[in-house]
Amino acid sequence: MFTSNPFAELSAFIAPAVMQTYVVLMIVLVAAGTLFDIVHKGSAKYFFANWRKSRSKGTPQVELASIALQTAVVDVLASGEFCNARRRVAHLLTMYGFVLYVVTTAVMVFRYATPATPGPDVWPVLWWIGGLMILAGGYWFWFFIRADVAAEGNSPFRVMRADLFILSLLASVTLALIWAYAQTRGSSWTHAWFALYVIATTVLFGSVAWSKFAHMFFKPAAAFEKRVSYANGTRSNLPAAADKLEQFGSARTAPRHY
Amino acid sequence: MPTFVYMTKCDGCGHCVDICPSDIMHIDKTYRRAYNIEPNMCWECYSCVKACPQNAIDVRGYADFAPLGHSVRVLREEAKATISWKLKFRDGREKDFVSPIRTTAWGSIKGPAEYPAPRPEDFARQELAHEPEALKVSGGLPALRRDQLKKATA
Repeated sequence: MFTSNPFAELSAFIAPAVMQTYVVLMIVLVAAGTLFDIVHKGSAKYFFANWRKSRSKGTPQVELASIALQTAVVDVLASGEFCNARRRVAHLLTMYGFVLYVVTTAVMVFRYATPATPGPDVWPVLWWIGGLMILAGGYWFWFFIRADVAAEGNSPFRVMRADLFILSLLASVTLALIWAYAQTRGSSWTHAWFALYVIATTVLFGSVAWSKFAHMFFKPAAAFEKRVSYANGTRSNLPAAADKLEQFGSARTAPRHY
Repeated sequence: MPTFVYMTKCDGCGHCVDICPSDIMHIDKTYRRAYNIEPNMCWECYSCVKACPQNAIDVRGYADFAPLGHSVRVLREEAKATISWKLKFRDGREKDFVSPIRTTAWGSIKGPAEYPAPRPEDFARQELAHEPEALKVSGGLPALRRDQLKKATA
């Protein structure tokens, strides 16, 4: 099961060109949705206006390449912004799972799309691992870590617009794995699972403008801006750190607003 | 000056929701980030500003009586037990303040429930719970003796 390429088996019913067109269409939807989101919210305008304001004030210029590298390594690759360790682990699981899942899907669809072009077993195995990582991190977040559930005591089944991204992601990946399993078992439900998988995936990538999918683009930009402000001394107008030894420890506990 | 949240800096952890005494910091239903649902009802206590681990919460005055261009920002450093303020005036002046907020380590002060329950005879005593040990006074509380009291004049 784990070593069989589900898209190669699917090619008996759907031509590889159709699958590839669909993947390209999803990429276009993500790009268009992100651009719409940026224009609609004016986030890029705000980012660059801040940048120009800082330069016009004669703020000391800093080495941007090393700051970009720090942002990439600490804030992006290691999700360094999270102050809650559980959220950070869940985010890392979901993020790396998503990257694995998307890359392996693209490789299997574009390179090994038919049984006539069999690929190494590692791709389907990585696809399953990526999907399971998304499910582990995503369901953990959904049921136990979300602020409105963990901190405000709301039911995990109370759905709102902020859940559009995580729910469509979980639905897409859950249905993908169920479809792949059903296909290897020769289940009569295979096509039904596949249809649901396509619907959920289309919602995931087609709803970028309305979901928080675009956070993977604007959060690194915000983290970069924050690091630049610390490096050039402006610190977003925050006071400098107190000149005192750290000696009182910490008693911060997780919020429980109920 | 009521608070507002920089949505790009907030990570939606919920600390401000937890601490707001006015219960007006909520998690946004679209982006799952914190926001002030009713700035008019803000007490301007700065609790959320100080509690935010990302320093994502800021304040701004009502534009009709506090002209824009100034800045008041707070930094709470828990491990150092300090609160620092930086005030920037519109004419470019800046003022910095640092205040201590504790003299003992976090968690070193016991809560009421961590003490043993009072015995029945303790309720008849003049001292409050855990006195005089909690006050670190040996030999009982200092008090005037009866012979030190002035006699009431008729």
